Amino acid sequence: MARIGVFICHCGENISATVDCPKVSEVAAKFPGVVYSIDYKYMCSDPGQSMVVNAIKEHKLTGVVVSACSPRMHEPTFRRACAEAGLNPYLCEMANIREHCSWVHEKGDKTDQKAIDVVRMMVEKVKRNNALMSIKVPVTKTALVIGGGVAGIQAALDIANAGHKVIMVERDPSIGGHMSQLSETFPTLDCSQCILTPRMVEVAQNPNIKLYTYAEVESVEGFVGNFTVKIRKKAKSVDETVCNGCGLCTTKCPNKKIPNEFELGMGKRPAIYVPFPQAVPNIPVIDKINCTYYKTGKCKICEKVCQAKAIRFDQEDEIIEVAVGAIAICTGFDVKKTDFFPEYGYGKYKDIIDGLQFERMASASGPTSGEMRRPSDGQTPKKIVFVACAGSRDPAKGIEYCSKICCMYTAKHAMLYKHKVHDGTAYVFYMDIRAAGKNYDEFTRRGIEEDGAKYIRGRVSKIYERDGKLIVVGADTLMNAETVEIEADMVVLATAGVANPGAEELAQKLHVSYDQHKFFSEAHPKLKPVETNTAGIYLAGACQAPKDIPESVAAASGVAGKISCLFANNELTREPLIAFVDRTAPPEYSSCTGCFLCQPVCPYNAIEREDVKDRNGNLIKQLAYINPGLCQGCGTCVAVCKSKSIDIDGYTNSQMYYEVDALLNS
Amino acid sequence: MSEFEPKIVAFVCNWCTYAGADLTGTSRIKYSANVRIVRFPCTGRIDYMLLTKAFASGADGIIVSGCHPNDCHYTSGNFYARRRWMVFKKICDFMGIDTRRIVFSWVSAAEGGKWAEIVNSTNEEIKKLGPYESYHKLSTQDILA
Repeated sequence: MARIGVFICHCGENISATVDCPKVSEVAAKFPGVVYSIDYKYMCSDPGQSMVVNAIKEHKLTGVVVSACSPRMHEPTFRRACAEAGLNPYLCEMANIREHCSWVHEKGDKTDQKAIDVVRMMVEKVKRNNALMSIKVPVTKTALVIGGGVAGIQAALDIANAGHKVIMVERDPSIGGHMSQLSETFPTLDCSQCILTPRMVEVAQNPNIKLYTYAEVESVEGFVGNFTVKIRKKAKSVDETVCNGCGLCTTKCPNKKIPNEFELGMGKRPAIYVPFPQAVPNIPVIDKINCTYYKTGKCKICEKVCQAKAIRFDQEDEIIEVAVGAIAICTGFDVKKTDFFPEYGYGKYKDIIDGLQFERMASASGPTSGEMRRPSDGQTPKKIVFVACAGSRDPAKGIEYCSKICCMYTAKHAMLYKHKVHDGTAYVFYMDIRAAGKNYDEFTRRGIEEDGAKYIRGRVSKIYERDGKLIVVGADTLMNAETVEIEADMVVLATAGVANPGAEELAQKLHVSYDQHKFFSEAHPKLKPVETNTAGIYLAGACQAPKDIPESVAAASGVAGKISCLFANNELTREPLIAFVDRTAPPEYSSCTGCFLCQPVCPYNAIEREDVKDRNGNLIKQLAYINPGLCQGCGTCVAVCKSKSIDIDGYTNSQMYYEVDALLNS
Repeated sequence: MSEFEPKIVAFVCNWCTYAGADLTGTSRIKYSANVRIVRFPCTGRIDYMLLTKAFASGADGIIVSGCHPNDCHYTSGNFYARRRWMVFKKICDFMGIDTRRIVFSWVSAAEGGKWAEIVNSTNEEIKKLGPYESYHKLSTQDILA
């Protein structure tokens, strides 16, 4: 006989302001099988949990329904409380009356009725819950870090220094990411490469880190502690084990007119190239699309000059399979290009550049060796206009969010410009100056007060060319919204930070969720900021949302901490909510007819054929067998099973039918 | 007589639509209280017999919702759900079950607003169609008894 306890949480006023909790408790007490029902201000608090524990002991409960927030929030909390009281934790269910009721409906009878219905539904479900034992699985103590920017580097080094193996996959020929493109960093104006390149070298030299550059994640299978990842190592056409990085091939390559991606098109590179001088690894790759040999079948000059004999024109992409226990996604972000803005000329004016291009221009290792020279004619711009929020915070452009880093880097750009062109004038059009952060506001003030950047609060409506000058038309909202026209020599757009192209595809490979802007979603915005909804997969850096360097590094160390915690266990416990086939003994009486419709729909190849034989060894029939180590509990096989022989714990047929029945037959 | 308030049952997957409905809550977007949510691990788990069961038990409308194509937590469960829905819809049409009362959609974990819209539009639609008495009458016997 079921003895169910119902616990209604007020959640402070989050639930009780809309739902009449005492009334729900009173009604629930009369549901068949319910022997105890109570409401309390905070069920998840210590005294609240004690109420659950004590009630289980006192009333000999066989099932518990906690009617509170989403099970995605506190189900583990109350399952622990049940286990503490000696009740199997899987005999506890949550009725979601906060996210799905009190927060989304108005106060009234209808809302109370909904809360009551949801509780009744879960009472009927929990009556049919099975006591389950969690499944133990081993942990592969190797982490995969996807992306070799500053976040990936930090995560990889921290995990490696904790004594675990790390595999790092980087799409480009070198690690370093966007940070290696920056000139100086705010708010200290220290040289970006000076602080980053030693870390890059550390990654290459750390014996615990295996680095795959020019490689991408092809597919991911498995689950926390036990992922199998296929990595596509793109053909570099250079044997990494032989190349000594002398760079002679890059100087002799006849095709040197290819726009350099690292310099964002402002410089040129040969067809065999290292992206930048401090690249790690310092191994060139051949760009097959532009290489003369791959295009015409003639040339091979690099092969002739290479003394190490490292050129391999016949090299092909290689697929490497690795086993890892945890995955850190550190794939970073991208910036909108100037051609995104019709009002700023669709990218047709050469002297309108984006923030990242300005970084390269200001960088001592950049295409102008750090000198301010506008792209069209190489002249030093005497009047420069910086446009903040180019695209960001603009619903009309589809980018409602604040890109967060632009206020700071625009202030930095204005300062760098003034430090290099003393007689020049720097204007900054801005909406707000968002400089929240340690020493950030002081930094932007310094730009205005000491370096004399002229800040104009307003937006730029149009930029067009007239007599070799760029006419920037904007409004000054602090001067009665008067129209301002500036004849500028160069314009820098602080374009919106957006998700990397390919973020969506990667999310689908990893089965992690992402938001409408294709940024990866964290499991909880406050309490699980570096976890994803998929156990064992973590997020760091700007792939989650625009972030500056300190934030990315902090998140990366957070991820490394989480992964180290995971790797501190030799075994993990897995939720036993998996499918099983009817095993009426003897097996020939199983209702399974052996049609095996379940086999092709299983995404995990967990369904096997099991022979049932008589005592003489003759085959009687074949039954489906679900390998509990492989089953992930999607339940697709349950729905396709024609003979209803497959069921899934946690969501059994009887549970679901009674839930529906209870909902409607009040 | 008071206005007809339809009974709508939503069969949703745990990873996308259930989380999306959670987000509707955290964003405090209001929607009709006529919907009751039943959680499944995946839309692939949803046995369409449950839909007829829900109608038989007195539901006036049904929402089935899971992850967008390619976003399934289990890779492909939503594709099987969609494929079975295509077949089931034809069977429903053949059997005379009103398929206007079944809404099949995708709501991701980031689409709190979309969830509220789907519930509200379904609610309005079912209000127009009225109670599903013709089917309820046929199924007054308790099949679980």
